[in-house]
Amino acid sequence: MRRIISVLMENAPGALSRIVGVFSQRGYNVDSLCVAPTDDESLSRLTIITQGTDKVIEQITKQVNKLIDVLKVVELTDGAHVERELMLIKVATRTELARSEVKRNVDIFRARILDVTVNNYTIEITGTSEKLTAFADVMAQCAEITEAARTGVVGLARGDKALRP
Amino acid sequence: MKMMSGAAMVVEALKDVGVTHLFGYPGGAVLDIYDALFAQETIKHVLVRHEQAAAHMADGYARATGKTGAVLVTSGPGATNTITGIATAFMDSIPMVILSGQVPSMHIGEDAFQECDMVGVSRPVVKHSFLVKKAEDIPMAIAKAFYIANSGRPGPVVVDLPKDIVNVQEQHPYVFPADVTMRSYNPTVKGHSKQINKAVKSMLKAKRPVIYVGGGAIAAEASQYVTQLAEKLHAPVTSTLMGLGAFPSTHEQFVGMLGMHGTLEANKTMHNSDCIIALGARFDDRVTNNVDKFCPHADIIHVDIDPASISKIVNAHVPVVGSVDKVTLQMLTALADKELEDQAEKLEDWWKQINSWRAKKCLDYPQETQVIKPQRVIEALYKHTNGEAYVSSDVGQHQMFAALYYPFAKPRRWINSGGLGTMGFGLPAAMGVQFAHPEACSVVVTGDGSIQMNIQELSTCLQYGLPVKIISLNNRALGMVRQWQDMIYKGRHSHSYMDSMPDFVALAEAYGHIGIKVDKLDDLDAAMERCFAEKNRLVFMDIAVDQNEHVYPMQIKYGAMDDMRLSKTERT
Repeated sequence: MRRIISVLMENAPGALSRIVGVFSQRGYNVDSLCVAPTDDESLSRLTIITQGTDKVIEQITKQVNKLIDVLKVVELTDGAHVERELMLIKVATRTELARSEVKRNVDIFRARILDVTVNNYTIEITGTSEKLTAFADVMAQCAEITEAARTGVVGLARGDKALRP
Repeated sequence: MKMMSGAAMVVEALKDVGVTHLFGYPGGAVLDIYDALFAQETIKHVLVRHEQAAAHMADGYARATGKTGAVLVTSGPGATNTITGIATAFMDSIPMVILSGQVPSMHIGEDAFQECDMVGVSRPVVKHSFLVKKAEDIPMAIAKAFYIANSGRPGPVVVDLPKDIVNVQEQHPYVFPADVTMRSYNPTVKGHSKQINKAVKSMLKAKRPVIYVGGGAIAAEASQYVTQLAEKLHAPVTSTLMGLGAFPSTHEQFVGMLGMHGTLEANKTMHNSDCIIALGARFDDRVTNNVDKFCPHADIIHVDIDPASISKIVNAHVPVVGSVDKVTLQMLTALADKELEDQAEKLEDWWKQINSWRAKKCLDYPQETQVIKPQRVIEALYKHTNGEAYVSSDVGQHQMFAALYYPFAKPRRWINSGGLGTMGFGLPAAMGVQFAHPEACSVVVTGDGSIQMNIQELSTCLQYGLPVKIISLNNRALGMVRQWQDMIYKGRHSHSYMDSMPDFVALAEAYGHIGIKVDKLDDLDAAMERCFAEKNRLVFMDIAVDQNEHVYPMQIKYGAMDDMRLSKTERT
C-alpha cells in the first residue's frame, strides 16, 4: 500500500544521506522524496512516498525516528490529510490542432502555461499524483512530451494536527 | 577563557569527558593532535599495530567497564581500517568514539593524499557521526559524541577532524559545555506505567514463564534487578550470547544459553513457555531459528530501550520501551504488593518439566584419553581461573565452547563479538580489558584461525607489559566452517584447513612472550597452572585439540527453537 511519511529533522549536513541510507540499507522502497527547509530554517521537512505492509511501515518509521538528527516522524496516510505534487511538463506542439488541444486541456485541468515558443508549451500543474499522471497521459495523446519533472509529493495533516518540534 | 589550538582542544575535551585511555595510531592528518597528546599525562595513549585492533581494544575496554572507549586514527587508511571494529561495536551496541583525522577542509573532495569520506564510509555502522568544520565546534562535537555513544542504545560515534581546524598555529577560546541537550535526541529510559502493569499481570498469570536476558541488561547494569525479578517469579532464566553474566550462570534458575548453540533445556523452555519476558534482547536469527515456528504458545513481553528492536522480528504482545534497569525496577515495585508466596508452588510442574530436559545433560561430551577435547580445555580454564577471569573470545567453535562451558557469574566478564562475528576481535579486546583492569586476569579464548587475524598486537602487549593469557584451541582448521562442511557439504572441506600453521610457541617467543605447547591431555592441567602462575607475562597456550569435534547442541535449520541436533548421531 502507498504511504506518505513526513519527517521533521535538523537542517544539518549529512542528515538527508542518513535517511536515504536507512532506506537503502534495509531494503525499503522510495517512490518519491521531497525535502526543503521549513519556516524555521534550522529544520527540514522531508516527505517520502513508500510502499509496504504495516510491519514494514512500522519499521521504517522507527528506524528513521532512531536517527539522531530526526525530531519527529508521522505517517500522513494514517489519517485525513492533504497532499500535492507539482509537475513541469514541456510538450512539442507541431500542428495547430495540437496547440489548441493542449491549451484546452490546460484549462480543463486548471494547469498553467509558463512558457510558449513556436513549437513548445511548458506547463505547470499542481495536484495529487493521480491528477498529474492523468494530465501527462492526456498530453501524450494530443502532443509529444519533450520532458517532464515532478517534485514528489508534499503533504500536511488536516485540522489541528501538525508536525512541530 | 582558555585560549588553545584545535589540537589542544581535542585533547582537553577528551580529558573533560573523562577519557583515560586512547587507542590509536598516528599519521599525517592527526600529527597536530599527537603533538598535543605528547605534552600531557592524564590520558594514556596506547600505540597499536593496526587500527582495527585500536577499535577492538576500545571496544573491550568499554565492554569490561561500561565506559566509552576512545580511538584516534589518521585519515584515509587509518580511518578505513577501523571500520570492522566500528561495525563490531555497532552490532553489539557498545559505546565508542572514534576520532579520525581528515584532509584539510579546502582539500575535501579533491581526492587528496590519504583522503577518504569517513563520515560516508562509516555511516551504515555508526550511531551518529560529526564532520567538524570549525575549531570552535570541537568541544561541543566531542561532548555530544560521548553523550550519544553512551546513552539510549549505546553505539559507536565518529568525529571526523579536518587537519586545518586542529592546526597548532591558531588559538581559539575553549569552553567545554556544562551539559549536552539535543532537541532531536531524547531516549526513553523509563517504562510506561500502563505497559509495566500489563507486563506484570501477564507474568503473574503465566504458568510456564521464562526470562530471556540479552546484552541490553548488561549495558543497563541491570543484573541486580534481573536477578531479583527472576527470584521473585521463580522463573527459569535463559540468556543470549551477549547477555551471559547478566544473570549468574551459576544460579539454579539458569537454564543456559539459548539459540543456535543453546542448551536443550533453554530452547525447550523457550519453546514450551506461555510467557516470555525478554529483557534487552532482540530476537536475533541465531536465537529464533524459524520465526514462523517460534514459541507458539507464548505471550511476549519485550523490554528494550530501542523501539525499533521491538516487534522487528517477533511480534511483542506487551512492548515496553525503556532501559532494562529502570523497567525491571518498576516491575519489582509493581510486584511488591502482590501475593507471590504460592509462585513456587504454581510453577512446580513447569520446573519438573525443565528438570527432565536438564537431566538429558546436553553438554556432556565423550571423555577421551588421547586427544584433547576443546570442551575439556574450557573446563580446565574455568578451574584454573576460579571462574573469575575476564574471558574475551574470537569467533568460531572455540567461542561457542567458551560460552557453554565457562559459566559467568558476573556481568562484563564475557567479551565477544556476538552480532558481527568478527574474527580477530579476541586478542585486542582482551588487551582493552587488561588496560581497564590491570590487576584482573584477562584471558583470550581463540583458535588457530582467529588469532592470526590480529596477531601483530602481540607486539603492543610487550610494549605495555600486558599479561594477557591466550588460550588457543588449535585444531589445524577453521573449525566452525569445517563443522558446517561436515554437516551440510558432505565433508568437502573447501579451504577450511591450514597446512602451513606457524610454530605459535616460537612466534610468541619472537614477540618476547612465553609460549606453551600442549598436545597431550595429561599435560593440560600442569600447563594451565604454569600459564596462570605467570602473573606478569603474556602466555600463549597453543593447545592441540580434536579436529573432528563439533559444537552441540545445534538447532536444525528451518525448525522450531527446540529442533536440535544433540550430537553427530542424535537429534530431538
